[in-house]
Amino acid sequence: MKEKPWKTMSPYKGGFLMGVVLILSVWIAGKFFGASTTFARKAGMVMNWFSPEKVSSMAYFVKYEPKIDWQWMFLLGMLIGSFIAAMVSGSFKLQALPDMWEKRFGRSVAKRAVISFFGGAIALFGARLAGGCPTGHGLSGMTQLSVSGLISLVFFFIGGIVTARLLYGGGKGK
Amino acid sequence: MTLFWGIIAGLLAGFLMQRSRVIRYDKQVGAMRLADMTIIKFMLTAAITASVGIYMLHDLGVVKLSVKPTLLGANIIGGLIFGIGWGIVGYCPGTAVGALGEGRWDAVWGLIGMVFGAGVFAAVYPSIKKSVLKWGDFGKITIPDVLCFNHWLLIAVLLVLYLMLFRWLENKNL
Repeated sequence: MKEKPWKTMSPYKGGFLMGVVLILSVWIAGKFFGASTTFARKAGMVMNWFSPEKVSSMAYFVKYEPKIDWQWMFLLGMLIGSFIAAMVSGSFKLQALPDMWEKRFGRSVAKRAVISFFGGAIALFGARLAGGCPTGHGLSGMTQLSVSGLISLVFFFIGGIVTARLLYGGGKGK
Repeated sequence: MTLFWGIIAGLLAGFLMQRSRVIRYDKQVGAMRLADMTIIKFMLTAAITASVGIYMLHDLGVVKLSVKPTLLGANIIGGLIFGIGWGIVGYCPGTAVGALGEGRWDAVWGLIGMVFGAGVFAAVYPSIKKSVLKWGDFGKITIPDVLCFNHWLLIAVLLVLYLMLFRWLENKNL
């Protein structure tokens, strides 16, 4: 399906509207955007299936109780919102491999799966250590002009740029 | 009610992010390869817009800020680790959810890895709590606090800097 060009949004317009949504969210619900805490709560929920006693004894899950909260609903909304936008614009596409990845690493889905799993695990470990991800530290942090947001965002990109260079080499290859 | 606003904010955010195409692997890794700055344009535009609205509401006493503490050790080390993982998986926590919504189901592997990584962090949290999380603790500070000048001045400076950056990026076709 070809994406209809008149239905894509400029990142400036999209970003401006995103800023307005964040203002309204803070005004109405008192909530800044974030994402990575939900993964910590989710980990607690998954571990609860196996060993609830262990989970309730872990300090991190006492701090971040494994439950459905505002941010969990925010991510659920994001999943549905992205789905709706993709459907109405004709850009929904079931794709097992990103284009750029496929060009560089070939068509093995298993390879993408294993590498993604570890990449995701490393990313979330780092995000919990840093205290947030590009949403919580990046967007919400920069919005509030916080020092932690700026520092974390800079180091997110330093780590990302070095890694992308190692994986893809120096060329720009658009 | 808070949960309801969470899903509404998420729906709008997911819609805008999908239409601005910032949830794509190619856009995220494209930024790390310094070849496509769409996500930077989106994030900085959203942040500066929200800064204006939220600081205005804050000055009127209508909203509270929610600044994350600046922990130099954790922000820097965690930031770098996050960046490495982000470069590998090609999605941050929020965008992985959005990517799944538009059918890019390779995000599933990353999402599972993220929950796993959060679980690992929860397991090592007690030992980190006494070490890394104590290094360079400056509390909940903002950039205007540190530089001792008015937040509106900083917002104005950032706005000019961002506009210059955007102009440069557009000229370079990034």
